[in-house]
Amino acid sequence: MTRNVYLDYAATTPVDPRVFDAMSPFLKDQYGNPSSLHSVGREAARALDDARESIAAEVGAAEPSEIIFTAGGTEADNTAVLGIAKAVRRDTGRSHLVVSAFEHNGVLTPAERLAKEGFELTLVKPGADGIVSAEALRGAIRDDTALVSVMHVNNELGTIQPLFELAQITHENEALFHTDAVQSMGKIDFDAVGLEVDAASFSAHKIYGPKGTGALYLKRSTPIQPLLIGGGQESKKRGGTENVAGIVGMAEALKIMIAERPAEEPRLKAMRDKIIDGILDTIENTVLNGDRDFLVPHVANFIIKGVEGESMLLQLDHKGIMVSTGSACSSSSLEPSHVLLAIGCPPELAHGSLRVSIGRFVTDEDIEYFLTEFPPIVHRLREMSPTYEKMYANT
Amino acid sequence: MNYTEKVMDHFHNPRNVGVVENADGVGEVGNPVCGDMMKISIAVADDRVADVRFQTLGCGAAIATSSAVTEMAKGRTLAEAAAISKTDVAEELGGLPSAKMHCSLLATDGLRAAIDDYLVRNGRAPLQDTSTAHVSVVSAE
Repeated sequence: MTRNVYLDYAATTPVDPRVFDAMSPFLKDQYGNPSSLHSVGREAARALDDARESIAAEVGAAEPSEIIFTAGGTEADNTAVLGIAKAVRRDTGRSHLVVSAFEHNGVLTPAERLAKEGFELTLVKPGADGIVSAEALRGAIRDDTALVSVMHVNNELGTIQPLFELAQITHENEALFHTDAVQSMGKIDFDAVGLEVDAASFSAHKIYGPKGTGALYLKRSTPIQPLLIGGGQESKKRGGTENVAGIVGMAEALKIMIAERPAEEPRLKAMRDKIIDGILDTIENTVLNGDRDFLVPHVANFIIKGVEGESMLLQLDHKGIMVSTGSACSSSSLEPSHVLLAIGCPPELAHGSLRVSIGRFVTDEDIEYFLTEFPPIVHRLREMSPTYEKMYANT
Repeated sequence: MNYTEKVMDHFHNPRNVGVVENADGVGEVGNPVCGDMMKISIAVADDRVADVRFQTLGCGAAIATSSAVTEMAKGRTLAEAAAISKTDVAEELGGLPSAKMHCSLLATDGLRAAIDDYLVRNGRAPLQDTSTAHVSVVSAE
């Protein structure tokens, strides 16, 4: 019997049964449209209000109305980048954008679209440590910058960005600061007011909530041109009937994340460290990507030299172990991970990247199993390679 | 990315991995930046591929197609082996994802490079392009 060991929690998470239970009434008896005035509608509106209040409090918003629900992290990112940049340009004439080069495509792609629509775009590079430094942002920002967007935690590397510092620099230049906090929400501290961010994107399915539900924190003073219009929902900032069940699920998921974090965080860190030490110590020619001192508890990203990522992934999958890779061969674009390229990783090494990300339902036994099964797979693939011995073997 | 069962079978149980000792011909193709590298070595007897082995660095499709090509080539005449096309290999494997058709099918190139190497070593004319491969080997006899 092969085990089933899911180590791809940064891609998505299973819905926690408690979240499912919280959601299910809103898929059945409490089916109302929150915009309806009758009792079943009012019931849904109440649930929506409660969820908004709860999420606003957990992410440190000043008031619940600063939370706009969306159909996921990408929509939140798109809304923030397109909506804020255009609103700022309308109000101030500023038309320069600064976006980090290793953003999620939910941010990068709309920024590139704006660059075709009259904005100027500067991609600010993270260092080899996987961090966008204050100096790098200072070098990129201008007096006509409208918006800066840097993610809180990089989704491939797990590196935590110095948001407060970056937001400060942005504000010194009178620009607005957005962060994609999809990978950090509930996992490390996030305090919208304390970090002084003007907008932040969140997603439910990374925290044991449902897919297709996200939120955008929009500070009251942040101007926005909505992406979805019609209907007037979400204070006219996002048209469309709210996904009540999903939103209730997101609120419940976040509540559980925050409540359980004191116990869960050290457990995840210990498992992550075991994975990092296990790989680096038992498999030669491996490298951890990003600065280990600035990693979230649940992600570790490696270069396994002389091996191609997709074949590692498929071999692991054969053993019931699920991870992800930044190899070009695994992507539909056939381009290696833009994140790894941004931190200066050469394409031939990016092919051998492996991301292991853990979460609530991973056990110590799962990690043992992974660390037992993985080295022979690497060994076998390297043995099959025509170049490994020539290029790397020195033992 | 969906691979057929046959691709997965060749990937997990690759046939003819390794290097032919004292090979009569060796072909190396690929490009480290793209990621896929392949080396095929052959032993030739009576103008047939008597033995063939491969080493591949690459994705699941690259390894599976390498394995399949060695199986298809073994025992064939050089002309027949050189005429194995990318489409033949894909068909043998029950199909390949379209994104993989152009990048992961190094195997036929590798095999042809090995045959070429053998031909040149033996003072014979190398293969031309795929369409004339059959003719050129036959005419060399």
